[in-house]
Amino acid sequence: MAMKDVPDNIFMTSLDAAASWARSNSLWPMPFATACCGIELMATASSRFDLARFGAEVMRFSPRQCDLMIVAGRVVMKMLPVLQRIWLQMPEPKWCISMGACACTGGVFDTYAVVQGVDRFIPVDLYVPGCPPRPEQLMAGIIALQDKIKHGGTLNGTEFGKRTQPTGPTPYDLDELIRIREANEKLISIN
Amino acid sequence: MPFEVSDLAELDAPDKEYLWTLNFGPQHPATHTTLRLILTLDGETVVNAVPHIGYLHSGFEKLGEHLDFNQYVTIVDRMNYISPLHNEISWHHAVEKLLGIELTPRCKYLRTILAELMRIQDHLLNTGTCALDLGGFTAFLYFFQQRELIYDIVETASGQRFHTSYTRVGGVAFDVNNAWVNKVRSFVKGFAAVHAEVHRLLTRNRIFIERVKGIGYLSAEDCINMGVTGPLARASGVLRDLRKDEPYLAYPDLDFKVVAAKDGDCYARYLVRMQEMVESIKIIEQCIENIPEGPVNVDAGSKAVIPAKPSVYRSIEGLIQHFEVMMPNRGFPTPKEEIYAATESPNGELGYYIVSDGTPRAYRARTRPPSYIHFAVFPQIIKNHQLSDVVAVLGSLNIIAAELDR
Amino acid sequence: MSAEDALKSKFDGGELAFSQFRDNHRIVVPAAKLFEVLAFLKNEQNFDMLAEVTAVDYLEYEGAKDRFGVVYVIVCTKSGERLVIKTFVNDPEPLLPSVYSLWKSADWLEREVYDMFGIRFSGHPDLRRILTPDEFTAYPLRKDYPLKGRGERHNFPVLTRAES
Repeated sequence: MAMKDVPDNIFMTSLDAAASWARSNSLWPMPFATACCGIELMATASSRFDLARFGAEVMRFSPRQCDLMIVAGRVVMKMLPVLQRIWLQMPEPKWCISMGACACTGGVFDTYAVVQGVDRFIPVDLYVPGCPPRPEQLMAGIIALQDKIKHGGTLNGTEFGKRTQPTGPTPYDLDELIRIREANEKLISIN
Repeated sequence: MPFEVSDLAELDAPDKEYLWTLNFGPQHPATHTTLRLILTLDGETVVNAVPHIGYLHSGFEKLGEHLDFNQYVTIVDRMNYISPLHNEISWHHAVEKLLGIELTPRCKYLRTILAELMRIQDHLLNTGTCALDLGGFTAFLYFFQQRELIYDIVETASGQRFHTSYTRVGGVAFDVNNAWVNKVRSFVKGFAAVHAEVHRLLTRNRIFIERVKGIGYLSAEDCINMGVTGPLARASGVLRDLRKDEPYLAYPDLDFKVVAAKDGDCYARYLVRMQEMVESIKIIEQCIENIPEGPVNVDAGSKAVIPAKPSVYRSIEGLIQHFEVMMPNRGFPTPKEEIYAATESPNGELGYYIVSDGTPRAYRARTRPPSYIHFAVFPQIIKNHQLSDVVAVLGSLNIIAAELDR
Repeated sequence: MSAEDALKSKFDGGELAFSQFRDNHRIVVPAAKLFEVLAFLKNEQNFDMLAEVTAVDYLEYEGAKDRFGVVYVIVCTKSGERLVIKTFVNDPEPLLPSVYSLWKSADWLEREVYDMFGIRFSGHPDLRRILTPDEFTAYPLRKDYPLKGRGERHNFPVLTRAES
């Protein structure tokens, strides 16, 4: 079709780009707020910082209504199954922001109970570092995610299907492996 | 009564089949953070509630055994994260008691101001979100604006707006200047107007009163027997405030009142918290005009204190002392003793039980978390209330999950 | 007469050790006498609030004779007096009487001590794990449990983006 036949106010684009543009500007976050970062998430949504300016203020606490999970705060071993279940309940397309040092890597809590980064167990799209990150930084993260969606998104989410590897580091670091082996050996010797 | 196994058997009986079981949490907006309740309902009436906690148990106390007294302050920060600085003040209050350090007058006043700012910050968030859960969004926004001002003040003093890690053994990390004092002054000046506005929004608001008045009653005897402290106990008429009973910091010099009510319901707790903010402002006003001059850290003769930066850079003694305090294998000698020390945190009695084995690392660093004790009361006070009252009661108890589970 | 003097005259067998450090008044009580002493303090000396129950594992403590110390901090809300009561228990079956019948706040505090140290309290209405998951087997605050655990924190299935 020649360009001259196109009337005013009609734009030519690919369906993928149009869908991604629409999606990126109406993110509905699901705040999985467990600890300190949750308070900064509240601060981001409230009066001074006003997340609504970026189209991501519709916090919905039901995972069925959301497409952006913000994991704010440390996730411990008792909570991780809950996190995974909520992630599975969210409809496609969905994204995940890991907010704060504890959610990204475990942060200062290198202890027996804290999962050392949620990306080991659920896929993460974007990391916002800081302990806790300032609201400006969380907004920068959300804008970066919007950019990512705009530039890489497809209508039926084929880009997600390609990510068959876990996002995080290999599940165990070396000393963790050694400890597990020792514990297993001890168990075997007891039995 | 807390949950008992026999209760459950009784509720499971065949003639009680009409009872519903409802799972509440661990990821629910009204829990604010992470706690879980198993509610047994008769229609809409709560017959039994079984709390399940530990969804944020991250081993604080174990970590406390591996970090020294100055380092552990970064961890206690993250305990009650809506008033982080107060935890630091409490922790170092206990450590200084163990080491026998007497603070300088300037530091005492400075810490008192910060502690009261934190009390305001805590109550702001608590009353704000309590109203938010009950449908009043505006008060929350008003109060969060004030919280941002406190964040600014704290940031000016310490460089971090949230987890400040500001106190040190024997003092604070940096001294404050006049710009900070002016910031506090302007906050104090502006606060009364917002406070009055929220009073107008909530205190006589019909909807709010209907939701909180007469809900979640707790008697004074139960408060004492169940270990409840802080604004919760004072709302039930227990006149107990560690700032008056076991004075610490600059509180003996100051003129303030202990706020208390008689009703013991959610509305009384809301009123107590609102009035405590006014008293805190009064304390800050007195302190800020009377901050003594002089050094903020105790004299560097004692070995536990981090020396000032200029003395580290310009004198060999300062450098050596800095090295001794900072290096993990050096450290300072501590008495081989055990101590329990408590302060009045915004939530209640926040105590630390420290066992020291002579090294600068606590052998055991136990926290007595007020939220933990207060949440144990919940099953008792929610019984025979409506399901919608769960939210009101949870809001008024001010349960902070990180402090609850540690 | 202060509570300590009353205790001295009531239990004059010399089993109780009194000491003071800073403003903490401490009494070491043998485990067999613990409930009796606490009941006396509660009922006759009006210590109506149990502020704190905690335990300490003395496994690596220099010169310690017993494995666990259990600490009770009790307060008289009338006079503001505070007492720290301490007792010792040992492996293999650390067991103490529950003080739930005296103070209800002991309910969760004792459960936490059980969860973290494995000290059992006889007569407790509902002694279950409270902070760690039910299937957890170790007692994390014991000194022989490593800070980073034994791999429990990484024992979960991994979800990839393609399959979720």
